[in-house]
Amino acid sequence: MIEVSGLTVRYGGVTSLDAMSLTFEQGTCGLIGPNGAGKTTFFNVLSGFVRPAAGTVRAFGLDLLSMAHYRRARWGVRRTFQTEQAIEELSVFDNVAMVHEHSRQGGSRRGDVLDAIAFAGLDADPAASVRTLGAGQRRLVEVARAVVGRPRLVLLDEPAAGLPDEETSHLAEVIRRIPEHTGALAILVDHDMSLVSACCTTTAVLDFGKLIASGPTAAVLRDDAVIRAYLGVA
Amino acid sequence: MSGTVRATLERASPARIARRPSRPQLIKASITTVLLLFAFFALPELLSLYYVDTMTQVAVYSMVTLALGLLVGRVGLFSLGQAAVLAIGAWAAARLLFATTQPYPLILLEAGLITMVAGLVIGLPALRLRGLYLALITLMLAGGITVVLATVNFPNGGHGFLGYNGSLLHIPPIRRPSIAASDPAYFRYSMVVAILMFALVLAHIKTRPGRAWAAIRQSEPAALAAGINTTLYKLWAFALASFITGVAGGVLAGAIHYLYSINFPTQDSITLLAVTLMGGVFSLWGAVVAGFLYQFLPALLNNWGVSADWLIILFGLGVLQVLTTAPAGLADQFPRDMARLGRLLRRAASRGDAP
Repeated sequence: MIEVSGLTVRYGGVTSLDAMSLTFEQGTCGLIGPNGAGKTTFFNVLSGFVRPAAGTVRAFGLDLLSMAHYRRARWGVRRTFQTEQAIEELSVFDNVAMVHEHSRQGGSRRGDVLDAIAFAGLDADPAASVRTLGAGQRRLVEVARAVVGRPRLVLLDEPAAGLPDEETSHLAEVIRRIPEHTGALAILVDHDMSLVSACCTTTAVLDFGKLIASGPTAAVLRDDAVIRAYLGVA
Repeated sequence: MSGTVRATLERASPARIARRPSRPQLIKASITTVLLLFAFFALPELLSLYYVDTMTQVAVYSMVTLALGLLVGRVGLFSLGQAAVLAIGAWAAARLLFATTQPYPLILLEAGLITMVAGLVIGLPALRLRGLYLALITLMLAGGITVVLATVNFPNGGHGFLGYNGSLLHIPPIRRPSIAASDPAYFRYSMVVAILMFALVLAHIKTRPGRAWAAIRQSEPAALAAGINTTLYKLWAFALASFITGVAGGVLAGAIHYLYSINFPTQDSITLLAVTLMGGVFSLWGAVVAGFLYQFLPALLNNWGVSADWLIILFGLGVLQVLTTAPAGLADQFPRDMARLGRLLRRAASRGDAP
């Protein structure tokens, strides 16, 4: 469970997150909102790239913000990036092994890594260089990195951006199964509402750094304020 | 969906990625072995003493460019202080060689470790900088070290901490290991040390630090998000590079017997970076190529009576060419060009056969 309270982030004169208070219970939770609403900023606070001006984040009872960023990954915070960051120089196996060797390791490295690659449904030779993979496969390498080595919190930043429908539906299936497979809480940021509906039981909506709605996904997507601020009237 | 997973699992079965080397890897390994054996056994017999000494220098500077290539190519840290680091290693080794009767390998190890500590002291503050600023700071430090060395001088068998005595009439040469007193034997000795240093780097690249460095070079956020302590691993690279350069300095001390601060001008650091880039920073062969460019080419030109100063111009053009057309350097481009030439020749030959 992640409890966020009074989280405020300012870049110069811009308030990117404005006293955001929110609780993510379990399973896969959605986080949506227009561009610039503060979604990625929120992820950057959780992974330690951005220091908030105020507020606290308690993750499973622990004060997350007091941890050094690389220690958070070891504790179990994983993330994928808006612009995919699979390491080109390494093989698929080494990309995942790299995260595993800096994590709370569960079982044998080889088994865990192959397990994560299989879980992501990555149809590529583990020994293949990431350079040879397509965009969709690289996204799955990132997903495999995010689920290996017993994560506690998986942050997915627009994982389906730029993917064709077929690959998106595969990705949706993988994301939906992350909590039961790893026991982690997953937070999904995406603009694809069908992906969010398919994966997330609950969803929160940000607009200009403020939380404007949260609750069961179906109800949130029907909410008047959300339609006005983000979804638009059909 | 479950079909895909099953297919992937089968594909990912340990046999598929067992550490059985592939055909190209086997070919590469056998070529390397043959070349090394040739260099070790045949080369000193075939070459004149002039070129045997040159080959010793190639071995020494291959280690130096190996270290620099590690920093530039694997971690993305541009250092322009490599000649000064080499001087520190040579100084430490010379001091220990005059002061003690320890066996040579131990001296090399100690020189490497002393240089590593010096490199870390320099590296720790410098790691807050990147790119141009890191290059500038390391260049300034190299200049500073050169000035200090010109003042304290290299040990020449004198007493005291610095081991320098300006009024010595007969300066004893820096000793070599007893098993490698002759020039050909010392070349073989240098080669073995160089092979050990290359193996040390290879062992790093193929394992945990290599993966961490690859991540840091491509994207520091991705490395941090993977739980990699980026500062630690950058320092680790600095330490390893300094250690290897220090060992190379120790080998250099025995190779030339007498050390003077004019042997280590600051501008050498710049030339070293140039040849390292030309050789190629993404493969270990690049360091060997760079060693040849740095030491063999000037020796060749000297032998032909051509001024080696022309090389500065040539290296300038070479770096320009590498940066614009072959970022992976000669070590990557040359085999590729050879393969292309082979295809062309084969095609020409088959056309010639056709009626």
